[in-house]
Amino acid sequence: MSDQAIAKKLDCKGMCCPLPVVKTKKALKDMEVGEILEMISTDPGSMPDMAAWARQTKHELVEAKDMGNDEFLFLIKKTH
Amino acid sequence: MSEENKTKKLALISSQGTLDWAYPPFILASGAAAMDWEVTIFFTFYGLPLLKKQIEAKVSPLGNPAMPMKMPFGPAGFQGINWPIPNLISSNIPGFESMATGLMKKTFKNKGVASVQELRDMCIDMDVQMIGCQMTMDVFGFKKEEFIEEAEIGGAAMFLEVAAEADVSLFI
Repeated sequence: MSDQAIAKKLDCKGMCCPLPVVKTKKALKDMEVGEILEMISTDPGSMPDMAAWARQTKHELVEAKDMGNDEFLFLIKKTH
Repeated sequence: MSEENKTKKLALISSQGTLDWAYPPFILASGAAAMDWEVTIFFTFYGLPLLKKQIEAKVSPLGNPAMPMKMPFGPAGFQGINWPIPNLISSNIPGFESMATGLMKKTFKNKGVASVQELRDMCIDMDVQMIGCQMTMDVFGFKKEEFIEEAEIGGAAMFLEVAAEADVSLFI
């Protein structure tokens, strides 16, 4: 786990593609540059999807972790 | 702006109006918009009714042999059963399409998939451009007032101009 402070948490549990990326984009909208968003999903597809999303949007995927228990945790730093 | 940082563009043609085929354009469009791409969807032929204020898309197992027919309720083992429905039955029982549509909507909801209407709202929220095909409107007798107010109306040239600048173009 990153020791950086989490500014906002987003729960995408139970949601399917493309909701995790859409909700993540929306959540970042009213955050400040440099702040960290924590997103938790249960969709295994969100692992490759969030990686691609971060490459495309140039936001920083600080952490992408399979928590076991069918949950995936993402820490996203807003870069612009 | 360097080539690397240029905003990417997606141009989609949505030509099918059944519930199953209504999903791909809205899923791709909302996904791309979430990645900060500029997105345009051109709705033509049977895709055009997807611009109506209320989406009434249905699905039919008839002529759709790859469609799994599974129940969205009951124990896991029961839900896993695929019920092959002969065309003779699905084409002759009144209300079969409505039932299949209801089952698919229920299954999608259970699995955490957004409804087509919700996905379209997200697309609108992220400024996805939606163009309705003028020719299809004329042929099938649609009026602009029947469509959501975000819908623009245009033709092949309008779409092709967008597609010419697009990084990804798909016909669905």
